[in-house]
Amino acid sequence: MGLKQNVSLLKGLRYDGKGPMLTFVLHRIAGLGMGIFVTMHILTSFLGGQIGGFLNDIYMHWAFQLFMFFCVLFHAINGLRITIIDLFPGMLEYLREAIWVEWAVFLPVYGIAVIVILSTAVGS
Amino acid sequence: MKNKPLPLLKRGLNFEMLMWIFTRLSALGMYVLILTAAVGALVMGARTQMNIADVLRWSFMPNTTHVQSTNIVAIDPWAHAFWKTVASLTLLVATAHGIHGLVVIADDYIIKPLGRNIIRIISILFMLAMISIGLYIIWTS
Repeated sequence: MGLKQNVSLLKGLRYDGKGPMLTFVLHRIAGLGMGIFVTMHILTSFLGGQIGGFLNDIYMHWAFQLFMFFCVLFHAINGLRITIIDLFPGMLEYLREAIWVEWAVFLPVYGIAVIVILSTAVGS
Repeated sequence: MKNKPLPLLKRGLNFEMLMWIFTRLSALGMYVLILTAAVGALVMGARTQMNIADVLRWSFMPNTTHVQSTNIVAIDPWAHAFWKTVASLTLLVATAHGIHGLVVIADDYIIKPLGRNIIRIISILFMLAMISIGLYIIWTS
């Protein structure tokens, strides 16, 4: 407790952590995104009414769905990678390889979802 | 280089360490719960050829309101107490995992002990509120 924060935001953004740092940042953004979405979703389904209807229109927009599916899929796959490596710390040696595997799983699955969501959005 | 591991009690077995373990195990728990609901949706929705978006919507939270707008024949199997229990477990595990995640993020920016305590009190109240609202929605819908 009582730590000193001695790194500025700009310096933090310039930190060159490469692959693992990117997954760290994306994991936080995706977690926050899901947290805010799920909270709003539970509250609106509880309250209903005009505000609920307005927020439902936002949820159904294709851009929101692309963002939310990114959050869910990335957080799930990256979280599984973190869990496996943390529970079997011997695998830490292969951290970067694990992150490549992670992207190799994420990109095709997310890519297919992007094609489906966008073609549905254009088609309707 | 091989170091001899410290005995368990000297490794810092405290609340934060237990929550660190909980975060990992609850991730695996959510995988199990979501896959259970996904299998259930595939079995129950097979007759009406439910599409993957509706299967996923059910998987992430097996609550009847998530399938009411689809072309299902009968709501009864979807409204079974088993699915309400799975939904409740998903809610409890996901809320605890998520709120702890928010506290971890907040701790990186709020560094004074007073601020951290305020964040913890707000988080606990927020968690209790969301769990009550969520359970109410699951068991009354």
